[in-house]
Amino acid sequence: MSISMMVSQLAAGMLVSIQIFLVTLIFSLPFGLVIAFGRMSKNVVISSVVKFYISVMRGTPLMLQLMVVYFGPYYIFGIKVTNSYRLWAAFIGFVINYAAYFAEIYRGGIQSMPVGQYEAAQLLGYHKFQTFFRIILPQVMKRILPSVTNEVITLVKDTSLAFTISVMEMFTMAKALASSQTSMVPFMAAGLFYYIFNLLMAVVMEWIEKKLSYYEN
Amino acid sequence: MNLLEMNRVKKSFGGLDVIKDISLAVSEGEIVSIIGPSGSGKSTLLRCATMLETMDSGELIYLGEKAAWNDETGNTIYASKQELKKIGENYGLVFQNFNLFPHFSVIKNITDAPIAVQKRNKDEVYRSARELLQKMGLEDKENAYPFQLSGGQCQRVAIARALALNPKILFFDEPTSALDPELTGEVLKVIKSLADLQITMVIVTHEMAFAKDISDRIIFMADGVIVEEGKPEEVFSSSHERTLSFLGRYGGL
Repeated sequence: MSISMMVSQLAAGMLVSIQIFLVTLIFSLPFGLVIAFGRMSKNVVISSVVKFYISVMRGTPLMLQLMVVYFGPYYIFGIKVTNSYRLWAAFIGFVINYAAYFAEIYRGGIQSMPVGQYEAAQLLGYHKFQTFFRIILPQVMKRILPSVTNEVITLVKDTSLAFTISVMEMFTMAKALASSQTSMVPFMAAGLFYYIFNLLMAVVMEWIEKKLSYYEN
Repeated sequence: MNLLEMNRVKKSFGGLDVIKDISLAVSEGEIVSIIGPSGSGKSTLLRCATMLETMDSGELIYLGEKAAWNDETGNTIYASKQELKKIGENYGLVFQNFNLFPHFSVIKNITDAPIAVQKRNKDEVYRSARELLQKMGLEDKENAYPFQLSGGQCQRVAIARALALNPKILFFDEPTSALDPELTGEVLKVIKSLADLQITMVIVTHEMAFAKDISDRIIFMADGVIVEEGKPEEVFSSSHERTLSFLGRYGGL
């Protein structure tokens, strides 16, 4: 097999990896905010349930969570899953896992806001919703950006865990190619892909950081 | 009718009585300064008046409308959220540490609430905001962000922000205490210029000369009670022991 064939197969896998990456970010970022609200809820039942959920998500391997999401419907409920469910299982597993991490990042950011910002908003007549979305959240975003960047970079590499449920993403491809061709080259190429992907992400995050640097707290 | 009326207000924090039975009325156009040692409850009184703190007991009335009153057992109950929102439009507060919104430019800090909260016309709001900035001597800072301004400039923006909502009464909570002496003057000058505009003000301050100069009435508070109140010359020439010992520290005003 020629190098170019290998690269094109890996590229096909990379598209799946990128898909997992984007779906995870698009859904877990807002979902994480909802979870953060649950975690900070004054209702003890809600906050305890959410706290437990976060501790499970952070306290068990993502690989295991993916397997539970993929195999769970059959083993627990006896539902026959189709082949196309693999990718969905990956999406679901990644989103609920990353949302838990983002929730804690949001919570840290929200709780670091000085109380004076809320008081000023209250005096000016903003209602709660306006206060949060006009005054608090934009500032929280800036504060948590470095932590979010960390998660984004980890996520790029974590997409390879979808390998455990045989999603045809880049790492799965690289593994298959490596054994069929008895060659290290697919692994090297995959490594390079991940690295370039992350370099791009670093550039994007730096750009966002720059965009938000028009003010200081 | 009194613009503000606080009757028999009590407030304690964890068993410590910070305000012990204070009554206070402010009529329209009046300028009242509250002076007194730190920890005497001055700021807490302002925070009760602006509903940043809830009173344990007592009445709070703006223009005859009750924001809070006592139930049979003597505990305060507050009006409904909607009513409080409406009553809240009567007053504004200038904080010691400004509490400007750092992610908004100067003009946005001033215009955002009138547009988003009061739903006023954008052009009209911007026009009056620019007038306010001019009054504050900040017409060239419209597009600056708070971090680019000095403390005195920040406080002037905060005053403009409060005024932009057209409150009937403006509270100042030690407006110059976070500023160095050089910057204090410019803020006091601005507050003084508001006095000429007949805006009702209640000012908690440690600037004795300023308080004496600007106020129609001075209230001296200590240990959670009003020790003495009256015209500036009366309070500053008081023979009351507690007042004397406090004012003595400021020397011959």
